[in-house]
Amino acid sequence: MKSLGSIRRTFAPWNNPEAKPYIVFDGVTKRFGDFTAVDNLSLSIHEREFFALLGASGCGKSTLLRMLAGFEEPTSGRILLDGQDLAGIPPYRRPVNMMFQSYALFPHMTVEANIAFGLKQDGMPRADIDRRVGEMLKLVKLEPFAKRKPHQLSGGQRQRVALARSVAKRPKVLLLDEPLGALDKKLREETQFELMDLQQELGLTFIVVTHDQEEAMTMADRIAVLDKGKVMQVATPAEIYEAPVSRFVANFIGNVNLLEGTVTGREGSALRIRGASGGEITVENAPAGVDHGDVAFAIRPEKIKVSPHAPAGGAGNAMEGEVYDIAYLGDMTVYLVKLADGQVVKASALNSARVTENPLTWNDRVWISFAPDAGVVLTR
Amino acid sequence: MTETTGIPIAPAGSAATPPAGQGLPQGGFTASLTSRLVILIPYLWLLLFFLVPFLIVFKISLSTTTIAMPPYEPVFSLDAGLSGLLAGLRDLTVDNYLWLTQDALYFNAYVSSVLIAAVSTFLTLLVGYPMAYGMARAPASLRGTLLMLVILPFWTSFLIRVYAWIGILKPEGLLNQFLLWLGVIDAPLQIMNTHTAIYIGIVYSYLPFMVLPLYASLEKMDFSLIEAAQDLGCTPTAAFWKITFPLSLPGVVAGAMLVFIPAVGEFVIPDLLGGSQTLMIGRTLWNEFFANRDWPVSSAVAVILLLILVVPIVFFQRAQARAQEG
Repeated sequence: MKSLGSIRRTFAPWNNPEAKPYIVFDGVTKRFGDFTAVDNLSLSIHEREFFALLGASGCGKSTLLRMLAGFEEPTSGRILLDGQDLAGIPPYRRPVNMMFQSYALFPHMTVEANIAFGLKQDGMPRADIDRRVGEMLKLVKLEPFAKRKPHQLSGGQRQRVALARSVAKRPKVLLLDEPLGALDKKLREETQFELMDLQQELGLTFIVVTHDQEEAMTMADRIAVLDKGKVMQVATPAEIYEAPVSRFVANFIGNVNLLEGTVTGREGSALRIRGASGGEITVENAPAGVDHGDVAFAIRPEKIKVSPHAPAGGAGNAMEGEVYDIAYLGDMTVYLVKLADGQVVKASALNSARVTENPLTWNDRVWISFAPDAGVVLTR
Repeated sequence: MTETTGIPIAPAGSAATPPAGQGLPQGGFTASLTSRLVILIPYLWLLLFFLVPFLIVFKISLSTTTIAMPPYEPVFSLDAGLSGLLAGLRDLTVDNYLWLTQDALYFNAYVSSVLIAAVSTFLTLLVGYPMAYGMARAPASLRGTLLMLVILPFWTSFLIRVYAWIGILKPEGLLNQFLLWLGVIDAPLQIMNTHTAIYIGIVYSYLPFMVLPLYASLEKMDFSLIEAAQDLGCTPTAAFWKITFPLSLPGVVAGAMLVFIPAVGEFVIPDLLGGSQTLMIGRTLWNEFFANRDWPVSSAVAVILLLILVVPIVFFQRAQARAQEG
């Protein structure tokens, strides 16, 4: 396997104002009767990007994909692919291919015939088809299964046939609708990396729809978090995790503690927030212009330290509480600490040493502490 | 929407679990005994109501006509004992079958029946396929009603429904009046007593037998297969011929057999709508039996008809077995 690290690090066309986006959703709305599946949504995706549409079911992510494939037409707005408006172009003339959630393998055809199907439609010469099918079978490691019918394959093998079939035509864009949804956890994790390698190898633009945030974080260059047909945030996995723009995004990706409070003052870049119980914290990372009003300080569990004694020095924030619950997960331990005002804060600690006596137990008085820049201030 | 083919995943060399139902440690014996009993019932039914009557008909076909009651001999009787039975067997003859080959009427009737049934079956498929497709693609809430509408004509007597077509097709009937009123034609069309009338009658009467199996096979088809085909470059028409139609073939074959087999031996429709000059084996059989009172010859006609129909039935069963293999 080639190392993708260096490619990945330098690949960020979305930060380049000169770069022309490859796929543009421009004010796209899609209504089904009274239901608005996609609501005035605008989004730009770049060439060779691995882009994830992430959201709960019914958030419009699949509708977005189906509009790009041509199975649905937008109620209003435009979709551009490489500068060309896709309106009115039927699915069979679009340079995009889709991998279906159900795989949609043709049950009456062999694996080979399934992969060759799209190539035959294009009228490719027979010898070329055979060569391409051979390449595809090799790519997804299914050479011994070429003559099998789909029902003679396991779930993971079917998934790979579906993948091979959808990339066989070398589409400009590959759409993947919950590509790993039907696989078990272990196979899913393996396949995630396979998909990433494949995308690099073929140099295609991948758009993947998923409800699994871990999957999106692992594979995608950028993630769009969707809710009720609107884009909540588009950013790299790290940005989305470390700097969510709203309570919704913070909650949707990973675990988060939202400490609600009122701004009492600003000192330079630092903001003082008073909680419901009267305790005050000092935090950084507030958006400009937030000098008053109700805000939330979002902080991830692994950035909170739990200790039996009050932390020395006054640099950070510290609050007293009681251990409410402990969950040992193997690689880490999660503590639920109940603060004086009744709020339960989740903190996690990495178990870097093997089998150590845990000094903390249920109902212990503990201190939680965190640095002022360990989280972000959210107004939305 | 993660509907798979419903066939257990058990590829060789994979870690898939063995299909359920294999290697039941306990209750295996009672289960097989019960299942044998269950299978026995339809076999007994077929033996009693198909094989035994068929053997009787076959025996009559080997008898000779006589003016008596019953109008053939020998008549086997238990009173005569074993020697009587053996004497009777010696009197059996294949003359009736030879007779069928000597008169071109029978051969023509068979050929004409098979042709009329084949054309009607094809026309029924042409009418039935779009109906079944429309039903399968209709909203799920509507499908039950549509299914009901297809079956509804069965609630009226078959004979009355065929009679009703006389009123529609005859020269002064509804259809001709309507076409005259439209100005499409100047003089009434002669549809009654033609093959066209028989086709109309058979297509109308047997349509549900075509629609129901077609609907069953189209309804369970995953619509995303069509989308996948279009996604890979098929026009909707190409997608139909490459995906939808091949996948509905079991339904097409089942529907065609259900229409073709009874249509070959159809008597009521050619008799009422086809007029006197129509030659179909059902009518020939009826004439031999009731008009000529020649039971042995009509039995021979029936036996040959059965043999002709066994061929498509075997074909049908082969196709079904293939479909189940996948």
